[in-house]
Amino acid sequence: MKILVKGKAEGIVVKSNMPINFLGTVDKNTGIISDKNHELFNKSIKNSILVFPSGVGSSVGAYTIYSIKSNNTAPIAMICQKADLTVASGCALSNIPLVIVSDKEFASFQNGQRISLDTEFDNPISIIQ
Amino acid sequence: MELTREEESALKGEQGEIMQMAYRILVATGEAVDAEKLVPIEWAHLSGVNYNTIGDAGEEFLSSISKNARVKVKTTLNPMGFDIDNVENYNLDKNFISKQLSIKNSYETMGVTPSFSCIPYEIFDIPKEGTQVAFAESNAAIHANSYDNLKTNKESAFSALASAITGKSPYSSLRKDDTPNITIRMKVKNPNELTYGMLGFFAGKVGDTSVNISGLGEMDKRQCKAMCGGMGTSGTCAKFLFGDGDANCEKVDFDEKEMQNIHDELNTSEKGDLITLGSPQLGLEEISDLVGKLKGRSFTKRCMIFCPRTVKEQARKIGYTNELERAGCEILSDCCTCLTPLITKNDIDAVTTNSIKGAFYLKNSNGVDVNLKSLSQIIEDETN
Repeated sequence: MKILVKGKAEGIVVKSNMPINFLGTVDKNTGIISDKNHELFNKSIKNSILVFPSGVGSSVGAYTIYSIKSNNTAPIAMICQKADLTVASGCALSNIPLVIVSDKEFASFQNGQRISLDTEFDNPISIIQ
Repeated sequence: MELTREEESALKGEQGEIMQMAYRILVATGEAVDAEKLVPIEWAHLSGVNYNTIGDAGEEFLSSISKNARVKVKTTLNPMGFDIDNVENYNLDKNFISKQLSIKNSYETMGVTPSFSCIPYEIFDIPKEGTQVAFAESNAAIHANSYDNLKTNKESAFSALASAITGKSPYSSLRKDDTPNITIRMKVKNPNELTYGMLGFFAGKVGDTSVNISGLGEMDKRQCKAMCGGMGTSGTCAKFLFGDGDANCEKVDFDEKEMQNIHDELNTSEKGDLITLGSPQLGLEEISDLVGKLKGRSFTKRCMIFCPRTVKEQARKIGYTNELERAGCEILSDCCTCLTPLITKNDIDAVTTNSIKGAFYLKNSNGVDVNLKSLSQIIEDETN
């Protein structure tokens, strides 16, 4: 496990096994995914703990992360399988905690789980229910 | 990541809030790419210029930091939302125009060269081999690493901005001798620029930070651009190498079937209400080729051509502009097909384009359908 942006959060997992291209596929005002081909199509990532493999595509996706944070429609934390600069820099500027986990840990997360994350702890992620 | 004493001090805020923010971004991105240190860069290229893409939050952020932030190295930037020469022809709302001008002004205040182009590699001199740069525009980063012998991460809008302000960037494996773990074998016969765009889109999906590509034969500038554009849209790849790679490398074929799958994913309409060319923007060579292909023919519907301002000026001097206007084209600089506010689903149902990157963003961000075909096919079907 690797901590890219420190912080703590507690909330419900919204998980995607598909990468996310933040630019153009995440609505800045609502935090809803608008890409018809995406697993999370029509779902909101607002206030979730967003679990997804990695960010892909446009570098401007970092601004989308900053925008959803400014519009209060951002996830409260993100957990990725792979680190990418767009998500790392977007979360760093927006102070959204971001953690990179192993493939095995990634596979263990389930949609709808309530988890808590605190990067100050040795085991930053614990499952509440 | 190891920081120098000066970098540590900046991260603590001892050199002001702007530097602290910039180093916070560089440290997070440095950790993301397992960099052991930061290295000096000579050129940064920024994305995050179009008001459509960065929104109010982005506009306010840039306006706020531009009061104090100044770039330390040569810094160029991506297209914005309109061509300042003909913005009044497009019925854009006043709010859009004023917010876009504010963004333009903020970048200029920070000392950024107002290039408004996604093809810096075509309109600026390329520095000597191995020069470290920080390019945020995805097609430009791939082009720089794969074709121009430069070294860059596939930067994000914020990491490139942080690099412009500090003159530094994380020293990732990509800046060293990165070895791809996958090879895409090109198996489609008689490829055109659209095929290369789809190949890039496919390679971006299956590749990691870099990919080998084999079976390409000779690739011209336009095909290379198309491939970089496609690759940057779908994935995290920031480099391609020509060839098969070593024996352990996983091999994946890009054949007619895979190509059809990509086409089916991106092509959502059998015809378009208008045509757009340029995402990445067109260079002079492509404009010359287009003029040659037109040979006195005219478009039967609206055709928007997006190119850098410097290219538009060169094209005017050579006389290409006259010929394109005669054929019914609108020539726009400073902006690009991708995410343009000049095309909205209120006015347009579907767009015909040969750009994979343009197609992806027009569909997903602007919500218009896309009719994807090669330039030759567009000219055959849409001119008389």
